[in-house]
Amino acid sequence: MRGGGWRRRPRTRAADTPSTDSRKSDPARSDPARSGAPPSPSPGSDGRRRHAERLGEHARAVRRRLREGDLGPVPVLLALAVTWAVFQGLNHNFLSPRNLSVLSVDIVGTGIIAVGIVFVLLIGEIDLSVGSLAGLAGAVFASLNVDLGMPEWLAVLVAVACGAAAGALHGFSFARIGVPAFVVTLAGLLAWNGVMLYLLGTETSINFSETGLVATLTSRYFDAAVATYGLAALATLAYLLVSSRDRRRRAAAGMPYGPVNRIWVRTALLAVTSFTAVHVLKRFEGVPLALLIFLAVIVASDLFLRRTPYGRRVLALGGGAEAARRAGVDVSRVRIAVFTASGTLAAVGGLFVASRLTSASQAPGSGMLLINAIAAAVIGGTSLFGGRGSPWSALLGVLIIQSIASGMALLGVEPPIQFIVTGGVLYVAVVLDSLARRAAVARGRP
Amino acid sequence: MPVQPLLTLRGVSKRFAAVQALMDVELEISGGEVVALMGDNAAGKSTLVKVISGVGPADRGVIEWQGSAIQIRRPQDAHVLGIATVYQDLAMCDNLDVVGNLFLGREIHRLGVLDEVEMERRTRELLHTLSIRIPDVRVPVASLSGGQRQVVAITRSLLGEPRLLLLDEPTASLGVEQTGQLLDLIEELRDRGLGVLLISHNMGDIKAVADRVAVLRLGRNNGLFDVNTTSQEQIISSITGAADNSVAQRTTHPEETWP
Repeated sequence: MRGGGWRRRPRTRAADTPSTDSRKSDPARSDPARSGAPPSPSPGSDGRRRHAERLGEHARAVRRRLREGDLGPVPVLLALAVTWAVFQGLNHNFLSPRNLSVLSVDIVGTGIIAVGIVFVLLIGEIDLSVGSLAGLAGAVFASLNVDLGMPEWLAVLVAVACGAAAGALHGFSFARIGVPAFVVTLAGLLAWNGVMLYLLGTETSINFSETGLVATLTSRYFDAAVATYGLAALATLAYLLVSSRDRRRRAAAGMPYGPVNRIWVRTALLAVTSFTAVHVLKRFEGVPLALLIFLAVIVASDLFLRRTPYGRRVLALGGGAEAARRAGVDVSRVRIAVFTASGTLAAVGGLFVASRLTSASQAPGSGMLLINAIAAAVIGGTSLFGGRGSPWSALLGVLIIQSIASGMALLGVEPPIQFIVTGGVLYVAVVLDSLARRAAVARGRP
Repeated sequence: MPVQPLLTLRGVSKRFAAVQALMDVELEISGGEVVALMGDNAAGKSTLVKVISGVGPADRGVIEWQGSAIQIRRPQDAHVLGIATVYQDLAMCDNLDVVGNLFLGREIHRLGVLDEVEMERRTRELLHTLSIRIPDVRVPVASLSGGQRQVVAITRSLLGEPRLLLLDEPTASLGVEQTGQLLDLIEELRDRGLGVLLISHNMGDIKAVADRVAVLRLGRNNGLFDVNTTSQEQIISSITGAADNSVAQRTTHPEETWP
C-alpha cells in the first residue's frame, strides 16, 4: 500500500452521498457491523475473512518492527542475560540470592533518578542536574533532621520539594526564557552541588539515624509468604484482567484485536518473572521495600505516559514540538512539568542513595550518579532523540549497569576497567539508538 | 446560496520585524465554496493561513465569523470555531501512531484514562467514510508514505466536524493520481457545505476545484477572480505583478536584457 493511501472514488456518487452525509453529521452513532466489516455474501465466510485479515495485520506489524529494528526490550533483555551468564560463569556467587538481593536494593536510587531522565529524554532534552539534586536532597534532609531536629517525615517532604522546585526552575528557564536545557541544567549541576557542599559543611558528610524513616527505605524487607507471593499473584492477575478487558472492548467495537494466546504468553512470562524474583529474594532476606517502591514508580510512570492525555502530550513533544503546539498542546507547560518531575524523582532517588549509606555525603554530586542515571535510561532503550522510550528502560538499564559493577566487584576488577566496560556498553547502546533512528528517518520521510 | 459568509477578513495586517508580511488583506469565504489563495513566494499566503488558524495572530484587522467579529489568538480558538488547518509541513508527531496524531490535543478519555478503543473506532469510521485506506492505524506516522501522511493530516483536520478547512499546498508532495484523489475529496467536502481555502501554486488544481481565486502580492490583495470566467494569463499576471514585472519584461525583450 506504500504510496497509495487513497482508494479511488467514483466521480458519480449520487447514490452514496446521502449515506455518507448522515454518518458525517453524526459520528457518535456507531454501527460496527456497517463501518467495520466489508460487505460479504455469507456470515461464515465473513468471519473467516476477518480472522485472516487479523492474522495478516499481525504478521505485517511483526515484519515492520523487524525491518525497522523496533524490537522493543528484546535486545536489552538479551544483553542482560548475557551479562548475567558471563558473570555467573566467572563467579558462582554472582547469581546467589544474597548478591541479587543486594543488587536489587543498589539499583533503586540510580533507577528512580533514571526514570526522571526518561521523562526528559522523551521530550528530546537532557537534564544534567539530577546528580547534584540527588545529593542536595540528601543534604537538605540530613541537615534539617540532624542539625535542626526537624521530624523525619517533614524533612523528607522539604527535601523532595527542593528537588521539585529546582526542576521547575530549570523547566521555566528552558520553556519560557528559552535557555537551552543543556546549559540551564549544567548551571544547575554546579550551583546545586555548591549548595549541597555548603550544607554538608566541613565534616563532608552527615550521618543520620539508622532506624529512622529514611534508613528504613532500604533496610526493610518483607518476608511473609502471604504478602510477597500474594503481591506477585496480584500483579499477574491485574495484568491479565486489564489486557483481556482491553481485548474484549476492542472485539465489542468491531476492531482488530490481538490473539488471545499473546495475552496468555505475556501473563505467563510476568508470572514466572515475578514469582521467581520473589522466590530468590526470599531466600536471602525477603522482598526489599526499596525495590517495591522502585517498581511502583515505574508502573505509575508507564501508565501515566501510555494511558493519560498528559502522558500522550509528553510523547508528542518528543515527536515534534511545533506539531504539538499547532495541535493545541501547551508546550511550555508540558516542558516545565517534565523538568519538575525529573527534579522530584532525582530528589527521591537521592534519598534512597543516602538511605543506603545512612548518611548524606558528597558522593552523589561527584558525577558518577548522573552519568549512571543517563546511561541507564539510554542503555535501557530510551532514545536520546526524543519521543521513543519507556520508564521500564530505566529498570533494565540500571540492572545492566549495576550488574556489571557488582560482577566486577566480585571478580576484584579495578575501577578503571569497570569504567571502560560500562562506557563500552553505553557506546553500543547509543550506536544502536542512532542506527534505529537512521533507519526510521531513511524509511519514514518521502 | 448562503446568506452570510463563514469567514470575513478585513484590513488584516501582520509584521515580522522589518518585513510587512500582510497589509490590509481582505478575504471572504462562504460555506460550500472553494476559494483558492494564490501568490508568488513571500506573498504572505502561509502567514495568512497562520493568522486564521491562530498559530500566528494578526497585528491589526477584523476577523468576522458568520457576521460577528471574533478574536483568534491561539490554535484552540480556531478549533472551537470550527476552523481546521492542514499545514504545508503537515505538522505531525512522527513517533505517534495515526490514532494518536488524529486525537492529539483533544484526546478522548474516561476519568483521565485515554480511551484508545473509542479513539481507534472513530478513526476507522472516519477513514472509512472518506474512503481512505491506511493499512494499519497503529503504526507511527513516520513509517507512512508521503501520500498517506497527507491523507492522515487531512483526516485529522476533519475530525472535529469543521466548518472551514484551510489547506496549505496540499498537493505539493503528491503524485498525479494522488492529486486527483485529493481534489475529489475537496469537491466532496465542498458538496457537504464546508468552506475550503486552498493554497496552491498549481494552476491546474485550482482550475479543477476552485470557485474563486484570491491573489496576494507582496502581502496585499491583488485581485479576486471567478475561476470560470477568468483566463489563466490574467491570474498569472496578477500573481506576478502584470506589466511592471521582470518576467514580463524578459519575455518581450530577451535579447536586450541578456548581453
